[in-house]
Amino acid sequence: MIKAAMVISAQGKPRLARFYEHRTVDEQQDLVRRVFSVLSCRAENVSNFMEADSIFGPDSNLVYKHFSTLYFIFVFNSSENELAMLDVIQVFVETLDKCFKNVCELDIVLNYDKSPKISHYICMKYIRLAHLILNGILYQGQSKVRSLVMETNSAEILRSVEELSKLEAASSAISLVPKPVSSWRSR
Amino acid sequence: MATTIMDALFQRTLEDLIKQSRLNLIPEPTFLSRSLDEIRKELRATDLQTKSIALRKLCYLSSLYHVDMSWASFHCIECMSSSSFAIKRIGYVSASQSFDEGTPVLLLATHQLRKDMMSSSVFDSGLALGCFSLMANGDLAKDLCNEVFALLGSSKVLVRKRAIGVTVRLFEKYPDAVRVCFKRLVESLESSDSEVLSGAVSVFCELARKDPASYLPLAPEFYKVLVGSRNNWVLIKILKVFARLVSLEPRLAKRVVEPVCEVMRRTGAKSLVFECVRMVLSSLSEFESAVRLALEKVREFLQDDDPNLKYLGLHALSIAAEKHLWAVLENKEVVTKSLSSEDVNIKREALRLVMAMVSEDNIVEISQVLLNYALKSDPEFCNEILGSILSTCSRNLYEIVIDFDWYVSLLGEMATVFHCQKGEEIEKQLVDIGMRVKDARPELVRIARGLLIDPALLGNLSLHRILSAAAWVSGEYLEFSKSPFELVEALLQPRTDMLPPSIRAIYLQSVFKVLIFVASSNFMERDLNSVSFHQSSAIPGETSKGESIINLLNLVESSVTPLLGSPDVEVLERARNVVGLVELIRNEMSIQEQNEELGFLKLVNLLNDAVSEDLGPVSWNAPDRVSLPDGLILRDNLKELDAVLGGIELPSSSPFSVGVGSLFGEKTDATSSDSRVIEDLEVTNESNESTSLLSEHRRRHGLYYLPSEKSTNGAYDYPPANDPKSEEAGTSGDADDLVKLATQSFVSKKRPSNAKLRPVVVKLDEVDAVPVEQKRAESNDNLLSDAIREILSAGEAARGIAGANTFPPEESKENSRPIKSSSRKGKHRSHHRKEKDSSHSGKQERDREGNSRSRRHGDGRRTRERAGDSASVMAVATIVPDFLLE
Repeated sequence: MIKAAMVISAQGKPRLARFYEHRTVDEQQDLVRRVFSVLSCRAENVSNFMEADSIFGPDSNLVYKHFSTLYFIFVFNSSENELAMLDVIQVFVETLDKCFKNVCELDIVLNYDKSPKISHYICMKYIRLAHLILNGILYQGQSKVRSLVMETNSAEILRSVEELSKLEAASSAISLVPKPVSSWRSR
Repeated sequence: MATTIMDALFQRTLEDLIKQSRLNLIPEPTFLSRSLDEIRKELRATDLQTKSIALRKLCYLSSLYHVDMSWASFHCIECMSSSSFAIKRIGYVSASQSFDEGTPVLLLATHQLRKDMMSSSVFDSGLALGCFSLMANGDLAKDLCNEVFALLGSSKVLVRKRAIGVTVRLFEKYPDAVRVCFKRLVESLESSDSEVLSGAVSVFCELARKDPASYLPLAPEFYKVLVGSRNNWVLIKILKVFARLVSLEPRLAKRVVEPVCEVMRRTGAKSLVFECVRMVLSSLSEFESAVRLALEKVREFLQDDDPNLKYLGLHALSIAAEKHLWAVLENKEVVTKSLSSEDVNIKREALRLVMAMVSEDNIVEISQVLLNYALKSDPEFCNEILGSILSTCSRNLYEIVIDFDWYVSLLGEMATVFHCQKGEEIEKQLVDIGMRVKDARPELVRIARGLLIDPALLGNLSLHRILSAAAWVSGEYLEFSKSPFELVEALLQPRTDMLPPSIRAIYLQSVFKVLIFVASSNFMERDLNSVSFHQSSAIPGETSKGESIINLLNLVESSVTPLLGSPDVEVLERARNVVGLVELIRNEMSIQEQNEELGFLKLVNLLNDAVSEDLGPVSWNAPDRVSLPDGLILRDNLKELDAVLGGIELPSSSPFSVGVGSLFGEKTDATSSDSRVIEDLEVTNESNESTSLLSEHRRRHGLYYLPSEKSTNGAYDYPPANDPKSEEAGTSGDADDLVKLATQSFVSKKRPSNAKLRPVVVKLDEVDAVPVEQKRAESNDNLLSDAIREILSAGEAARGIAGANTFPPEESKENSRPIKSSSRKGKHRSHHRKEKDSSHSGKQERDREGNSRSRRHGDGRRTRERAGDSASVMAVATIVPDFLLE
């Protein structure tokens, strides 16, 4: 079972933090800080594991990947395979890339801090994606992870994301909110 | 209404919020509080759209800025009930982020969840299931159990696999749900749809992690998956399940080993290969060929450039090290090379492996190499190395150390390593070796001298503990010291000011011992001289000795006298002792011409005897092993003691006050309390006296005592130091004793806190709190495993009748009815539930219980199953052979 998934920026700011065991906000803040304090001391090109028992309690493993200015972190228990989790991170990131279709936005994911303007949307979309993908991984569609792990890639997720956004757009079109506002979101 | 529309038009969206936060125009706290105010206001709107946007912003702030959002829980529920999917989603997302089991409005969500779960839209039910899996509590799980059951049979794959995932939480919170849903879950294992299958396998993997024994009967189904599936994810999970089952049922291993090797040979996916390797090395280690194959793969990992694979390879080796040490030795080179890797994980794992290779023959070389390596590495890893050397060498009372002179000097060397933080451990071992190993003492004293004499070491805070051990050792084993005079100088050097008082006290105590030693040997000598060598008493050596003693006394007096003003009682007391002794010796020396020193000589000898008596290592449960002397009625004696002691607390039972400290200060305390208990009235008189002193003191300085003044009553409440009951039960195993002790102290804890603050009491509380909690968790787990066992055994019986793998319908009907389990634990739980759920009248409960009991009487098999909870593994194992004999 996955215990938590996080994306933390190189400055130690959480860009995404999802906990699948209930934690109060203070605990969450503490966990993010402690994880980051360990990760930030680690050199590049070393193995992507970290001992997490002292932070997340017994039977915890942590894998992370460092992309440019972002750390992608997964915490899980002994029911998961470490290498498979690394694959999951890989595909998670790939999926994010694909979600922001054009190259420029892809660059943003990788060079997050250079283009703050557009990165807002990424922040936001992280959240949305996170709910979709991560929820999927964890409690329901292990299938998604399966497709991830098999590296037959993330087309399926992408499709669900699109469907979902269509659905959302359709439902919010009826609302009082002027169109331009919501079209911002889907840009 | 108009304002609402205006608000909606000009409401800031999440995007605006993020933009603003990125601009950094205002400091973060102000930004947060302003945004929160805004959100609060917007949440009050009647319009759901406005509300949902506000909630969305709040969600963002909560997740990335750690703002508490529990206060908005009702708004989440409101949004969840919207007909618009976008709003509903925001409601669910924020609920899954902020709700937990204890959220009060959770009750209100039940109906909505049910509605959405059964909705025709895949997305609606997906949201509801996702939310349920994160926040379900016992009541919610109970209420929605049937819905989940229905969805488990859904024709839509997306919904079905989610429902499967949800069962983990469902079973955990509401074990009785097993009776409803388990059958469909097992059926999913045979599903042709790979997504459903992988969901089901993952669920079983998670369930089996907590309680593997219950799932042994499902081995045939798992086996089919293992052989049939080509999906890496499924295989990884099923291997994990089997790794747990095999350790319980060795006969399974024979069946499984071939398929596992087959998978290992076939697959190219590293994750799967590693899972196979881990399984073989941990659970199938007696199959030589499989182990060889696994080690081949491990070697590939070790050769790989990818640090991840290398790390996992080393990790696999350390799993293998337990049973196949040769595997580690074969890869010795890689392991030692990895020690100098720049990756902490790899270094650590390599260190662990190196320590696993240590034996009597190579300990000296390996330790030396490691120590040299520690000097070069970063502080953290340096201490890890030191720590592992220390723990390896001291294992089983220094089992692998043969040459103690070497080991002692190694300890001394470690102390001088710059980054050394292991002072406490080294201190412990120095003292321990001193007490345990007589032959090591001369070397020990020599090392201690080296440490004490170096003034530079006093400046290093982390070394203080080692110095205290050195001071104690050199005082205790003074007879091996070459020059007591030099030792005193070292112990009293000016820089000892930097030591904390507790260690200072030990230094002073050592000075005291040296003085006695010098005095006694000197006077003895003189005594002899005066008797037989009277003529030669005027030789120069004699006078110089006398002078040097005077010098010594002067030195001691001048450096100890300032300590008489020390605020620390330990230091003060010992300083007084020392100064007193100095004066005594002075007096004696001034009247040495008269031959009346006999009395003094006696005193010195007595002191010397007392000090030089050997201290042996004391086991922490030694007091328990003291057999009861004849004619001593322990209970009576204790009672009397309690009455006599009045306000004084006995030092509580020593098993919990372990520690090095007891060697120095508390030791005398503890032994005296023991002797107090065992010996006689004279002592009690003494304590009586001190009682009156104490109460006198309390009368005068009542202000400074803890507020509750019922101290005399309080003292009675303490458990006697040596409880006769636990003494009687001493044979019934350590664990029992612990539990008993824990419960005892738990009872005694309830007494009002007039008990004066004593660290030992606090410790007791800590100790007993843990087992109680564990017990509770256990019982909860047991509920689940009981339920599953019951279901499986019922299914097994059914299978026997039908001769097929499917359950006959009437059986399943019985299963799907929520049955109150009536085992001991069931009763306990139903009692618990009664408090929560008033709809269950006691009568119903009793009826049900009666029902199921009678049913069980009819069903012999199940009764047998339940006969002994502890023997459950055996009971389940009776089912497995069908599969094994296939």
